[in-house]
Amino acid sequence: MEQLLADYTVRTVTLGTVILGVVSGALGTFAVLRRQSLLGDAISHAALPGIGIVFLLTGTKASLILMVGAGIAGWVATTAILLITMTTRIKYDSALGLTLSVFFGIGLILLTFIQKLPNANQSGLDSFLFGQAASLVVADVITMTSLGGLVLMILLLFWKEFKLLSFDPEFARSLVLPVRWLDISLTTLLVITIVIGLQTVGVVLMSAMIIAPAAAARQWTDSLGPMTFIAMAIGALSGVGGVMLSTATSNLPTGPTIVVCAGGIVVVSMLIAPRHGVVWRWIFRMIKNRKLQSEAVLLDLFELARKHDDLEYPHMETALRVIYPRAGTLYRQLRGLEGKGWVKMHQHGAWALTPRGIQMCSELLQKRIG
Amino acid sequence: MTNAVEVRDLTVAYRESPVLWDIDLDATPGVLMAIVGPNGAGKTTLIKAILGLIKPAAGQIRILNQPYKSVASSVGYLPQRGSVDWDFPTSVLDVVLMGLYGRLGWIRRPGPKERFLAMNALEEVGMTAFAQRQIRQLSGGQQQRVFLARALVQNAEVYLMDEPLQGVDATTEHAIVDVLQTLRSSGKTVLAVHHDLQTVSSYFDEAFLLNVRRIASGPVSEVFTDQNLRTTYGGRIAIIKDPD
Repeated sequence: MEQLLADYTVRTVTLGTVILGVVSGALGTFAVLRRQSLLGDAISHAALPGIGIVFLLTGTKASLILMVGAGIAGWVATTAILLITMTTRIKYDSALGLTLSVFFGIGLILLTFIQKLPNANQSGLDSFLFGQAASLVVADVITMTSLGGLVLMILLLFWKEFKLLSFDPEFARSLVLPVRWLDISLTTLLVITIVIGLQTVGVVLMSAMIIAPAAAARQWTDSLGPMTFIAMAIGALSGVGGVMLSTATSNLPTGPTIVVCAGGIVVVSMLIAPRHGVVWRWIFRMIKNRKLQSEAVLLDLFELARKHDDLEYPHMETALRVIYPRAGTLYRQLRGLEGKGWVKMHQHGAWALTPRGIQMCSELLQKRIG
Repeated sequence: MTNAVEVRDLTVAYRESPVLWDIDLDATPGVLMAIVGPNGAGKTTLIKAILGLIKPAAGQIRILNQPYKSVASSVGYLPQRGSVDWDFPTSVLDVVLMGLYGRLGWIRRPGPKERFLAMNALEEVGMTAFAQRQIRQLSGGQQQRVFLARALVQNAEVYLMDEPLQGVDATTEHAIVDVLQTLRSSGKTVLAVHHDLQTVSSYFDEAFLLNVRRIASGPVSEVFTDQNLRTTYGGRIAIIKDPD
């Protein structure tokens, strides 16, 4: 690990992916909460023709200039989706799918065309498809840092406006906040974020960097601030993890490995996150079921004893077993209740309530009636 | 004295068909007015048009004798509870604070003073104990009270409420009606969409019967005639009179 970090190239690439992870985690949080995660996918696919056109016009492969092209194309696609939804009867999801594939198709045509040009300079443009993190150089990282820093700064400045926009845009409009302007700004920030990541993870997988960290972060918290922060951390972690894994193992592509890392964190979060996680909920339910079951055994003993004058009248375990055919469970429950001092065993496997157990029963019954 | 809310010749249309047709509405200051009508009568549209959320095809709307944009800070809005995602990661206090975002201006964050005002508003709806609670843990009635607190914290002169009593429990209904009475006694004007015809006369001073057109408006006792209600609901209503 230390050896890896000492490597200059690896350090540059790691830094770049960390910045990408942090920025896409933050903007992804808003995209996911505004149900715009698929818009991210459309924007990133639509960026491809932008890259192609800019290369054809300028002949340069400087990352900043290609980013401008990608950004404009992403923006045009977003506007196209909006216009189609507003002016035709085509619904949002269809408009999105349509725009995504048509733009991506145009991008692929352009790439093929460019590759056949009698020009030596064009090689490497196809790395925008799946990304090529290893090609990141210091200049790229500086571009990513400045753009990413700008995005995060604007997000922080207009935090409360963006928050209200995401939660209740109609109420925001009743406060005469410029909701349309805010919407355009937040979408533009998303476009810039996606553009930052294209060189590293590529147009096809970039949307995963928007969705995955936010989706994982949502499992861990119920507050917007912490959620954004956790998403940023998960984004960074995926970046580091992806670079480390792909460097340590030969022939692993970095971009996809980063995305797989992010996906892994989502799965783990869905399983083990407190309160939301599947495992946590399962354990919670088990504990609750146990408690309900042992309460049921206690109350049944109470009901049986009520038929006699003595509430502490013992009953054979075999009699109870008629009610609870799964003997093992019954024995465990009785032992558990004995441990709490609510029942005690008389001779020959007969069980009776203790005075404390009787009190517990009347409390339970009271609670159920109340 | 000028009207708190004044609507003249308001017409709103989605695509071709009119949703509101030639509406006139006058609300005097300090009145509690129920907007009553069947589903699809345009009640929500009327509220949203007054708030400038929907662009009317024709007509003028003035609040406190000014256009909405100049008096927005004197108008409080309670949208329908179902209009937002209650799974959004935020707390009750945060939602109430949103009522102050307009007054805070750009960039500034809510501070202790804003939190104090928000807690006061939560107190008025009996929800102080829930301030730190995540909104996804609230019941329907509690959600409604949080939205009411967010409207109250706006400290407005005119309140526009879309179904404040829709599907709430008895406790919430009491709490909300209490707040409405308090608002009236401090001279505020409230226009609320209301669907329960039985309670209109006990909760509100005036009623505005609406079914695309204005059917009738004025004091509840004068407006709630069999004839008016039949016209509003198109004869699909059985009117059961109280014995007294």
